[in-house]
Amino acid sequence: MTDLLITYLPILMFIAIAGILGIVLMGLPMIIAPSQPDPEKLSAYECGFNAFEDARMKFDVRFYLVSILFIVVDLDLMFLFPFAVAYLDLPREEALFAFWSMMVFLGVFFIGYLYEFRKGALEWE
Amino acid sequence: MFEAIAFYIFSVILIASGFLVIASRVPVHSVLFLILAFFNAAALFLLMGAEFLGLILLVVYVGAVAVLFLFVVMMLDVDLAEIRKGVLQYLPVGAMVGLILVLELGFVLFSWVVAPEAAANRAVPVAPITEVSNTEAIGRVLYTRYVYLFQASGLVLLLSMVGAIVLTHRQREGVKRQNVSRQVARTREEGVRLVKVKPGQGL
Repeated sequence: MTDLLITYLPILMFIAIAGILGIVLMGLPMIIAPSQPDPEKLSAYECGFNAFEDARMKFDVRFYLVSILFIVVDLDLMFLFPFAVAYLDLPREEALFAFWSMMVFLGVFFIGYLYEFRKGALEWE
Repeated sequence: MFEAIAFYIFSVILIASGFLVIASRVPVHSVLFLILAFFNAAALFLLMGAEFLGLILLVVYVGAVAVLFLFVVMMLDVDLAEIRKGVLQYLPVGAMVGLILVLELGFVLFSWVVAPEAAANRAVPVAPITEVSNTEAIGRVLYTRYVYLFQASGLVLLLSMVGAIVLTHRQREGVKRQNVSRQVARTREEGVRLVKVKPGQGL
């Protein structure tokens, strides 16, 4: 096993523990809890009335806009990680060039951000 | 040994959850299985030593794209279980399309010839993986050697930002909006009026 994978071993153990815990917590009640099934226990409860409407209602499309904008910002952010890791190890001229290319990249991103901001896409009416 | 066991566990879960994405009745469950598939694919990337790709898969796909899928599912407002009722009816056609796709992929794969000049293109001065992590290896070439591609991806992201706003954003008229600077700049003189009320008379 390589060194890289050794560093991820705690995460693997954590996932395993979380999985086992989840299975145990779901499985134990099945075995030891008293079980008296009744359709009323699972039916929708709406302040004592019968349910008025289906729980699956349409979402507003504006949620979608917010999450698309989030994805774009997320991807922009992803380009910053290798930059932050590798910047100090670059030779001096290359580092300067990389710095300015990153500044241009962030400038383009900033144009998009200004557009969002001026259009009011970040506001919720 | 340990890697092999982990690989088989992750890939079995990946394939199983990939199958459940298309097989599960409830659309939201499909999305959740998709997220499980993403997690396992990220683990496979990590096993190959491509930690940057693996973690990007988690951050971008699980964090954002899966949420987008969830919104799509919730915006559809159709009972997908009803659409699914005729799934067996379309199975032969779907199977045929899949088969043709597999055949085409097979043709591509087996008639693969490496171009003679490809080796030169591959020889990017990336540091070997034993010396630096691959996040750093990407960082060393992305901003200098591949600067045009880097800037082009920035422009693509800008385009998608603008496109999303142009397509879905609409200004609704007659809605009271917040204007923080105006609200903060309000003085006592604008907001408060002192009224002299004579006793016993009211306003």
